[in-house]
Amino acid sequence: MALPSHAEPIDKVYYYGFRFVCTLIFIFLIAPIFVIIPLSFNAEPYFTFSTGMLHFDPAAYSTRWYQDFWNNKEWIHSLQNSFIIAIASTILATTLGTIAALGLSRPHMPFRGLIMGLLISPMIVPLIISAAAMFFFYSSIGLSQTYAGIILAHTALGIPFVVITVTATLSSFDQSLVRAAQNMGADMRTTFFKVILPLITPGVISGALFAFITSFDEVVVVLFLSSFEQRTVPRQMWSGIREEISPTILAVATILIAISVVLLVVVELLRRRSVRIRGIRE
Amino acid sequence: MSETVAPLAAPPSSGAIRRAKRRSDRARAWRAFGLTLPLLGFLLVFFLLPIADMLRLAVANDELARAMPAAATALRGWDGEGLPPEEVARTLAGEMRAAYEARTLADVAKRLNNDNPGYRSMLMATGRKLPDAPPDDALGALAAIDDAWNNPALWQAFRRAAAPWTDLYVLQSLDLERGPDGAIQARPEGQAVYRIILWRTFEISLLVTLACLVLAYPLAYKLAHLDEGTANLLMILVLLPFWTSLLVRSAAWIVLLQREGPINGFLQSIGLIDAPLALVFNRTGVLIAMTHVLLPFMVLPLYAVMRGIPKSHVRAALSLGSTPFTAFRRVFLPQTLPGIGAGALLVFILAIGYYITPALVGGADDQMLAYFVAFFTLQTVNWGMAAALASVLLVAVTALYFLYARVVGIDRIGVGG
Repeated sequence: MALPSHAEPIDKVYYYGFRFVCTLIFIFLIAPIFVIIPLSFNAEPYFTFSTGMLHFDPAAYSTRWYQDFWNNKEWIHSLQNSFIIAIASTILATTLGTIAALGLSRPHMPFRGLIMGLLISPMIVPLIISAAAMFFFYSSIGLSQTYAGIILAHTALGIPFVVITVTATLSSFDQSLVRAAQNMGADMRTTFFKVILPLITPGVISGALFAFITSFDEVVVVLFLSSFEQRTVPRQMWSGIREEISPTILAVATILIAISVVLLVVVELLRRRSVRIRGIRE
Repeated sequence: MSETVAPLAAPPSSGAIRRAKRRSDRARAWRAFGLTLPLLGFLLVFFLLPIADMLRLAVANDELARAMPAAATALRGWDGEGLPPEEVARTLAGEMRAAYEARTLADVAKRLNNDNPGYRSMLMATGRKLPDAPPDDALGALAAIDDAWNNPALWQAFRRAAAPWTDLYVLQSLDLERGPDGAIQARPEGQAVYRIILWRTFEISLLVTLACLVLAYPLAYKLAHLDEGTANLLMILVLLPFWTSLLVRSAAWIVLLQREGPINGFLQSIGLIDAPLALVFNRTGVLIAMTHVLLPFMVLPLYAVMRGIPKSHVRAALSLGSTPFTAFRRVFLPQTLPGIGAGALLVFILAIGYYITPALVGGADDQMLAYFVAFFTLQTVNWGMAAALASVLLVAVTALYFLYARVVGIDRIGVGG
């Protein structure tokens, strides 16, 4: 929407004004996330940019808050917990979700709408309701305050993302490839592993990454279901923010942002790859 | 999937073919359904059953029946007029003492306290003071311990606690109660807090939805009118907050908005304000942070709709002599209405259930419904009330969700895509 050369002054005012407004909105969207990154390298325990920082004085920057994080047993323990819970629930959600998505995208699937609605309901029900309901129920069957309980809960929350991503991939999947494979004598197993799986792998991995980040960032369910033993990084951050927000929180936040960026880039690359290998858009 | 075709001796009748086709279709349907079974089973046990159980908890009323079963049965047989007959009182006094000894009276006391705050300590004291053997004049003995036992209101509360189900919590969450005659009435002014909370939840969600719409519309418009490559690049900037932990974003806003934070520092250094503004731990903070958190959910559907609108439409309107504003209002805007509807409903549905952001960046008067669900679950351990409030929220979300499914279609509910 470049400005034509014959634009009137009023058009120019409108054009640049609009661009300015859009830039401001972009800044609102992105700035909060990036402002805390330099602040996490602040040598002083404050949340403002010191004069030294503004003049890029190396002495004003330090990694002390990262060392703080690294040397703190509670933080490291919570980091381990986060990885254990996120990886376990991702494996469960991806396996169950992919198998279900294969069923859902078959042309003969009965009650597709209803079942799809049920499968993605954990995404629609507000987290606070899921968390409270799981807390009541898991308490009564002895699953609250256990790793298993949190992993099962996070699996339920991650499933919709896997189901949606994999069914979307399968919807643009060319079913004639399956018939072609079978024509050439491949059995069900070979067809699945040699034809279907390689083509839907990008979708499966994207779904798995969504499930992973859902669990890795999740705090409400953990708040209800975990004891001190199963504290995750977000749970530890929640306490930190509520009690007294320290620069260590910003260091942790920066690490989480870095993880998000990496995952987002991987998902984007997978999307492009899957577009390329099939020559069609999702 | 392979279709086994039996060698046919004679050409089959069309009926036989149709039957065979039906049979094979049915088998395929079962196979497809079978693939979804493990996941359905998993969600049934670990997600749907807990939700159903929570709905049950909102009307569950088994504390008295569990701790004092005979008294509960006796109370159910009483007509509820005035004071109960002596046998009912004697059964109750006897079992109450036993429950006190067995340490199960606390559950009953808590249940009656939910009905009328103040009953708990009175009931525990009565349990302590009652003699071990049931007294001959139970009504008199109870009244001698505490005057409250002379009041039919206490006995009626007991009778309500003896019923198999209770509407106490659901009514309370709507600021209603059962009067002395059993009719539903409004709670007294001072105790009516939940309607305020419901209204506040609605108000904050609506304001956040509007703010998101106002900010997302120009952004999506700009993105939709850029070339594909630039738009994709900028789209990553929209998706990044989407992928960043809610907690990180809330913490960022606390840091940015606090009294000694960068925003106040900047505004003071350019001389726009003299004293730091109170931007966080109040309504302003909640609105800013929630708008930021939910903005991508509005941008994505708007962008998707705007990308699909042919550019030639507005150009045609312009070449036919319309002003740019009229072309926008009459040609472009109406075509984006589905996107506006989808985005607004999605943001609103997400906003009314929000807990983390208001809890972190809000003050005591900015807490929404979700906060009180957590409060009653984790702090006061009044599960009935927590379940009732969560059920109210669930009903609201389900209604909005059906509206969304009608407006947008169930298949379009995606990862914001």
